[in-house]
Amino acid sequence: MPDLNLDKLPEGFKGMSSDIGDDQTAFKGVNWGKAMMWIFLLSDTFVFSCFLVAYMKVRASVVEPWPYPSEVFALEVAGLPVPLLLIAIMTFVLITSSGTMALAVKFGYEKNRKMCGLFVLLTAIGGLTFVGMQAFEWSKLIFHDGVRPWDNPFGAEQFGAFFFMITGFHGTHVSIGVIFLFIFARKVYRGDFDTGRRGYFTTMKSDYVAIEILGLYWHFVDLVWVFIFAFFYLW
Amino acid sequence: MADTGKEQSTTHKIGIYLWIWGLLFVLSFFSYMVDWYNFQGLLRWSLILFFMFLKAGLIMAFFMHLFWERYALVNVLLWPMTAIAGFVCLMFAEGKYTVFSRLFYFFVGG
Repeated sequence: MPDLNLDKLPEGFKGMSSDIGDDQTAFKGVNWGKAMMWIFLLSDTFVFSCFLVAYMKVRASVVEPWPYPSEVFALEVAGLPVPLLLIAIMTFVLITSSGTMALAVKFGYEKNRKMCGLFVLLTAIGGLTFVGMQAFEWSKLIFHDGVRPWDNPFGAEQFGAFFFMITGFHGTHVSIGVIFLFIFARKVYRGDFDTGRRGYFTTMKSDYVAIEILGLYWHFVDLVWVFIFAFFYLW
Repeated sequence: MADTGKEQSTTHKIGIYLWIWGLLFVLSFFSYMVDWYNFQGLLRWSLILFFMFLKAGLIMAFFMHLFWERYALVNVLLWPMTAIAGFVCLMFAEGKYTVFSRLFYFFVGG
């Protein structure tokens, strides 16, 4: 690959047409792993969109009243119901972990091994906290309120199916992300990206761009939560 | 991830990340307040959408670095998302039609 000086390439749409039209790499200056992660995330966007669009379509067409999330997800604090308390805390935890991930990526760019590892680890702990709170939320709804995919005491029967499907699929993404964050925290601390140590699974050398790719995945998980929070919990 | 290309590794000042982080907290707090103060109807929906799109935009633009990427990558991502937005509009109309026909045939009879 010839030396690429991105500053000399045209910007904007002109740059786009010349980038794609020059019969060479389309995504200039982008690591292949990063491009593939973006394409994976785009396909994941389609999956989550299908869930949310199906939810919207059903919610718009049920004749029974839809359960009011503000009351369904309320928690009792000192005998008073606080609406959406757990969900709000979960949102703040996930945003916090997104911020630590952004800093991890920044320190990765600077090849700052210790700070990068620390912030990847903090992100993993934030994600674990989120999954723990979601497990609590699910068990409360299942065992205490008796919500089932086919039935619930609050209103339209479809509520349970969409709740478990959408939050479950998101929770799965978070869990997978947490596993990878712990693995990569260890890799960063061990100095894999400084020494060029080959990966156990891929047998390939890697560098700090792997943290940026992992960061894209993690921010995407946060991004999906923004939409779930808005459409499922607040609407 | 072998060393095949000249990958760009620009670093940005820590301030921009902290700013976006803080903004995301504030916006999340506001969207929670929409529920807390129990706004209803059009005001509720428009506020929810407003805060949601602002948060999503900030995350994508700065945390996911799309603001600094070249248009070739940005457009690969944004046009399919625009298509999804079109799909959402179609399915919204479809949902309205379904509930209309359910109620219509319930009252008028098949």
